[in-house]
Amino acid sequence: MGQRILLNAVEINIILHRLACQLVENHTDFKNTVIIGIQPRGVFLAERIIKILREEYNITDLDYGHLDITFYRDDFRRGDKPLEANKTKIDFIVEDKKVVFIDDVLYTGRSIRAALTAVQSFGRPAEIELLSLIDRRFSRHLPIQPDYNGRQVDAINEEKVIVNWKENDGEDVVYLVSK
Amino acid sequence: MSELSVNHLLGIKYLSKEDIELIFKTADHFKEVINRPIKKVPSLRDITIANLFFENSTRTRLSFELAEKRLSADIVNFSAASSSVKKGETLIDTVNNILSMKVDMVVMRHPNPGAGIFLSRHVNASIINAGDGAHEHPTQALLDTYSIRERLGEVAGKKVVIVGDILHSRVALSNIFALKLQGAEVKVCGPKTLLPKHIESLGVSVETDLKKALEWCDVANMLRVQNERMDISYFPSTREYAQQFQLNKKILESLNKEIVVMHPGPINRGVEITSDVADAENAIILDQVQNGVAVRMAVIYLLASKINR
Repeated sequence: MGQRILLNAVEINIILHRLACQLVENHTDFKNTVIIGIQPRGVFLAERIIKILREEYNITDLDYGHLDITFYRDDFRRGDKPLEANKTKIDFIVEDKKVVFIDDVLYTGRSIRAALTAVQSFGRPAEIELLSLIDRRFSRHLPIQPDYNGRQVDAINEEKVIVNWKENDGEDVVYLVSK
Repeated sequence: MSELSVNHLLGIKYLSKEDIELIFKTADHFKEVINRPIKKVPSLRDITIANLFFENSTRTRLSFELAEKRLSADIVNFSAASSSVKKGETLIDTVNNILSMKVDMVVMRHPNPGAGIFLSRHVNASIINAGDGAHEHPTQALLDTYSIRERLGEVAGKKVVIVGDILHSRVALSNIFALKLQGAEVKVCGPKTLLPKHIESLGVSVETDLKKALEWCDVANMLRVQNERMDISYFPSTREYAQQFQLNKKILESLNKEIVVMHPGPINRGVEITSDVADAENAIILDQVQNGVAVRMAVIYLLASKINR
């Protein structure tokens, strides 16, 4: 099993700032925008980006939640996918809001498909955008593309992209692992 | 991946402590789901569930039906009163006929103890026991202990007294198993005629004085007097039962502490519990009902994930 570093801490930091900057460009003061981190791993990325928005762009009045998609997956009973859910915390209504989904790796697009269904339980958003740190662009099963993208990666299906965060895993680093 | 150690929910007796923890953790998530503007998830789109009620029920049946619908399962309902059971069909035949219509899971209430276990050995579907005679009512015990956990933080170390007709009560037996498994202390209280012999062998203590039992406990679970199961007279009159074992304001105020009051329903107001107590703030009777849907969703979801495609 080999692994190589796709992004180191410095590169991740630069990308996070660029992504935050792009969000500000489109959403200005975030008055009508809500940010939703996809459980479990998208939440770390979402919290980093929100920190930058708060500290460097002074955007303090920001609706932020996290969404768990376990009960909306299309692979229930189809393998050994995790059955255990994570917490969903959305204490606002998304009706007529612009929603930004944040997830660390965009792979087949099935998680985002599930998230698109799940978020409807909280109202009908005006529009939904997707921000991802890593886009495995040749692995999509569904017509879903990111609106904001950290880095495109050409990985084959046997390979795995692992995103580690300082607050959870000790360091900021993205690995490409081959079996 | 954590999953239940069993393929059927036949009784609390067959569950492990970890199973109950997993069910409660999953129920926490479903509780959040049923408080959303849209209270439904699509998890069980491809599962069909038959609700077989060979005995009357309002709460349990509604609760199961809602739980199934909120998980997007397809359901068929069956009640013995309007069926071929009256024409002499056996239980296995009835169920196999229903299963041949491609049903994946059976929720069954039956007047005979062990009916669920019998069925699980003979038919190819996941069985949930919704009450079998005076034997077990596992989802009721799960939602009762879930409600205690919600109100008091945890079940371990809590003192729970179960008051009333222990002899005929499947709720009592399942509750004793569930409470002991989670580390609570259990006492049963009632007229001697309604306390089974050797009940102490389940690890519970016995008390026939309601006041003493209440002074000891954190939680009082008041059972209904099940007149329909009493073939002989177990106490002289309802009035005398109420005088000795009724939970009323007077006895609660005589305690120097506040206790949590539970009742599995349906309530005989003025017999085992008075209205002012049943409707008071420390009674969690309606929380029990709400939690029932979330807990049943968790049980159905976790069992459905083990059904082979």
